[in-house]
Amino acid sequence: MKVTVTVNGKQVAAEVADRTLLVHFVREVANLTATNVGCDTTSCGACTVLLDGKSVKSCTVLAAQADGCEVTTVEGLADGSGELHPVQAAFHAEHGLQCGFCTPGMVMAAVSLLAENSSPTEEEVRSALEGNLCRCTGYHNIVRAVLAAAPAVSEKRSA
Amino acid sequence: MIPAPFTYKRALSVDEALDLAAQDGDDAKFLAGGHSLLPLMKLRLAVPEVLIDIGRLGELRYIREEDGHIAVGALTSHDELSRSGLLASEVPLLAHAAGQVGDPQVRHRGTIGGSLAHSDPAADLPAVVLALDATLVARGPSGSREIPAADFFHSLFETELEPGELLTEIRIPKPQTPRRWAFQKFTKRAIDYAIVGVAVQGGSVALVNMDQTPVRATAVERALAEGAGPCEAAIHAAEGTSPSADINADRGYREHLARVLVRRALEESLARG
Repeated sequence: MKVTVTVNGKQVAAEVADRTLLVHFVREVANLTATNVGCDTTSCGACTVLLDGKSVKSCTVLAAQADGCEVTTVEGLADGSGELHPVQAAFHAEHGLQCGFCTPGMVMAAVSLLAENSSPTEEEVRSALEGNLCRCTGYHNIVRAVLAAAPAVSEKRSA
Repeated sequence: MIPAPFTYKRALSVDEALDLAAQDGDDAKFLAGGHSLLPLMKLRLAVPEVLIDIGRLGELRYIREEDGHIAVGALTSHDELSRSGLLASEVPLLAHAAGQVGDPQVRHRGTIGGSLAHSDPAADLPAVVLALDATLVARGPSGSREIPAADFFHSLFETELEPGELLTEIRIPKPQTPRRWAFQKFTKRAIDYAIVGVAVQGGSVALVNMDQTPVRATAVERALAEGAGPCEAAIHAAEGTSPSADINADRGYREHLARVLVRRALEESLARG
């Protein structure tokens, strides 16, 4: 079937098999490979993207279900001026990653959280990241990064 | 992993969904958020030939008060349930439990109707609607019918729904003591299905994952009605249940968890109101 998805503001249209998963559409049709396939069983969150502004695990969404919708991947966060999105900058500053495999999904889950709750508590950040597994950091620096990013994200939104 | 090939069809109204289902009969499955069905399809445990996507039916996405009950559209997401002010005041058990399903990403996509129609005894909301004495409304080619939650769940992945019938609404009678509720579950990781769970509303107690369907802990309810306290009543939590053994727990461990969680839930519900 023909699927048209606006990925990071750009329309991507392709004829794909009905069973194509959104994560494969993003990686292989839109050629945006930051979004990783991790567990492929809706557990690890490495494939998290925003679908119409809300975080979803793109290994468990059909491309057909996203037809006509907007998808944002981690590649779409920075505004093109070369400056990182505040969540990306905070992950860098707080050393919120080691191997980096979970990071694109982790960042998108954090962006989704901060869109819903502009000043989360540490506990709220931890529950909001329940669906994203990291095998390196032990999570402390990731939580620190999300908390550090919150004021900058609010500021950016009100600017 | 990708699902086996199927034909994708999209319905833009309930009528269209029913027409499409009538064309394909047993070979078709409705697809709501897909968070129960797609994982099974990826494991090839489900291989429907046709998927009828009902995910865009806005007409089935609502939470509203009607005479004496709260009506919830089947396509309402767990996230929407958990944020509903109406549910928070009238049926806080459902709002809270929906907020404990899976993780934020799962709650953004998963729907109450999908969870109920899937009929996984390890899922949270089937036990919650059972504790709430909800009525489920299904529409089929010959019209609408109402099914009490107690009659809806037949077995693992099997419900009262006929092929071609679509679950459209969940009607929840307003609890007489809305504050006397609790929801407890025990999981290995935060995002996992419950090894055992329990939903309490007033004197009603329903168990997650203690049988092939969600079940009422009738022996506990009887003890409560006779004036037993939480500790005394909870002793009966596993009576009449038939939990399965799996990689997470054997039967004895599940029975133990049921007793502990029921006691905690009863204490919590009493402390609340």
